[in-house]
Amino acid sequence: MTRRENDWRTALMFLAPNFLGFMAFMALPILFSLIMAFTNWQMTEKVPLQFVGFENLHSLLTEPRFWKFLGNTLYLMMGIPVGIAGSLFLAIILSKKLRGIVAFRTMFYLPTITSGVALFILWKAIYNPEFGPLNTALAGIFDALGLHAKMPDWLLSIAWAKPAIMLMGIWTAVGGTNMLLYLAGISNVPPELYEAAEIDGAGRWAMFRHVTWPQLAPTTFFIVVMSAIGGLQGGFEQARVMTGGGPAESTITLGYFIYQKGFEEYQLGYASAIAWVMFVMIFALTLVNWKFGKSAFDVEV
Amino acid sequence: MEDFLEEKQQRAASLFKRRSRWQTVGTIAGYAVLSIAALTMMIPFLWQVATSLKPLAEVQSGQFLPQQWKFGNYAEVIRTIPFGRYYFNSLFVALWVTFGQVLTSALAAYAFARVHWKWRDRVFMLYLATLMVPGLVTLIPNYWVMTNLHLINTYTVLILPACFSAYGTFLLRQFMLTIPRSLDEAAEMDGATHWQIFWDVVMPLARPGLIVLAIFTFMGNYQSFFWPLVMIKDEYLRTLPIGLLYFDSSYGRETTLLMAASVMAMVPLVILFVAGQKFFVKGIQLGAVKG
Repeated sequence: MTRRENDWRTALMFLAPNFLGFMAFMALPILFSLIMAFTNWQMTEKVPLQFVGFENLHSLLTEPRFWKFLGNTLYLMMGIPVGIAGSLFLAIILSKKLRGIVAFRTMFYLPTITSGVALFILWKAIYNPEFGPLNTALAGIFDALGLHAKMPDWLLSIAWAKPAIMLMGIWTAVGGTNMLLYLAGISNVPPELYEAAEIDGAGRWAMFRHVTWPQLAPTTFFIVVMSAIGGLQGGFEQARVMTGGGPAESTITLGYFIYQKGFEEYQLGYASAIAWVMFVMIFALTLVNWKFGKSAFDVEV
Repeated sequence: MEDFLEEKQQRAASLFKRRSRWQTVGTIAGYAVLSIAALTMMIPFLWQVATSLKPLAEVQSGQFLPQQWKFGNYAEVIRTIPFGRYYFNSLFVALWVTFGQVLTSALAAYAFARVHWKWRDRVFMLYLATLMVPGLVTLIPNYWVMTNLHLINTYTVLILPACFSAYGTFLLRQFMLTIPRSLDEAAEMDGATHWQIFWDVVMPLARPGLIVLAIFTFMGNYQSFFWPLVMIKDEYLRTLPIGLLYFDSSYGRETTLLMAASVMAMVPLVILFVAGQKFFVKGIQLGAVKG
């Protein structure tokens, strides 16, 4: 007997634990949520469950807050390309065989290890207009220059809250998983390519443009897709911990909106509709990236 | 002919000289950029540790280091909230989730990478497709299910649903695909069962992948905020991320205690990362890019 045969009994045995869990907590809930998106589901006995068709979708798309929160989400996503560029830059430096490189890598990865509530709390304190080190340092610099300007209130002001969250996002992302992916990608570039380029007299920039960058195209493609997906879904945790969505709802993203509707107002049908609109956007974005990525980077996917 | 060789040698020598000079300049510049960037990365953490050691009155002083070191902040955190309990909850849940997820993912990955069966690739595509669905989509139905099973406020609700992961299955499948097929064919000739091949051949060779998945899972779950926030109301079942909010919201200005608590919360992750550092680059390389 060989393993080339159709061995479904064995497969079932190995797959069963994961597949059961996958069905129970992933596949069925997804289906369930799709159906609920067309109902007025509120999880109470008081409001009878009814099919409302596209009513959720209609009221969602005509609600100005939805568009505002979509705008907030997209605004925060503008930090993503900056973070990716930073990751690439760092990865190139960190790929050099320098002494103590492991220590450096660890330091850069530290924000990613500690991402989550502890990090958001830290940044909330950093942005504190009264005692935060950021304004203390900025005020010191301005004083030294003989200028007197009012420092921003960061998370408390409508103008600065979003840029502040974006800045934190870039700081976290630069040394994170994207940097590790780029490091792995760089270590995979055949050294002959660099040697050939060097004999042709290529400078550093030419080497980057003609060797490193094209070789890293699949990695970049992967990073762009994953970051875009993450960006569209994201924003809930930092806003919940740092600003509570304020000031004046300026830091509420679509992810936060789902939380509000679903778990504060218990409008679970409506929240499901938002989640599905989000899924459609992610799907569309992935398709666009896919098409664009294929032609622009010539990626084998 | 000799001329040609000589010229070639000279060219190589000058290339070597140029290269080594550039290498020195590059090394120095590299260190400079790295040090500045590393400092930028570290300052927030250093400030956090420094603040955690200050008396409350010193927080607004603008001095980076404490004038008066107050190690008592750490003890006070433990006196003020059931911090040890939260620590235990977080570690307990994260360890079980890690164990469960690595085990179920490894079994499933074996089925996808080393066993031939009808529908295999279609079922695998189904797994991959769900990676694109926002986690928020499944949160609401899962919340409903957990409420109806009366599992809200239990460890089960924190552990069980997290034990099954399409991402983990995907990652380990990629790893297992790189293990040479001849190895299990040889074992098969010797009469080994699938179970023996899985346990004695594939699992030991997939160890770097298993470790990477374990570290990712542990970190992700240890920091998980949304799920426990929604599922846990009981104070004694809270995990660290939720517990930390106590100093933030109820006490207002207890910045020093807040920072001390966050420092303590971060310790296990830093230890884990330093211990598993060498597995990271390799694991990600195989798991993600070459999908």
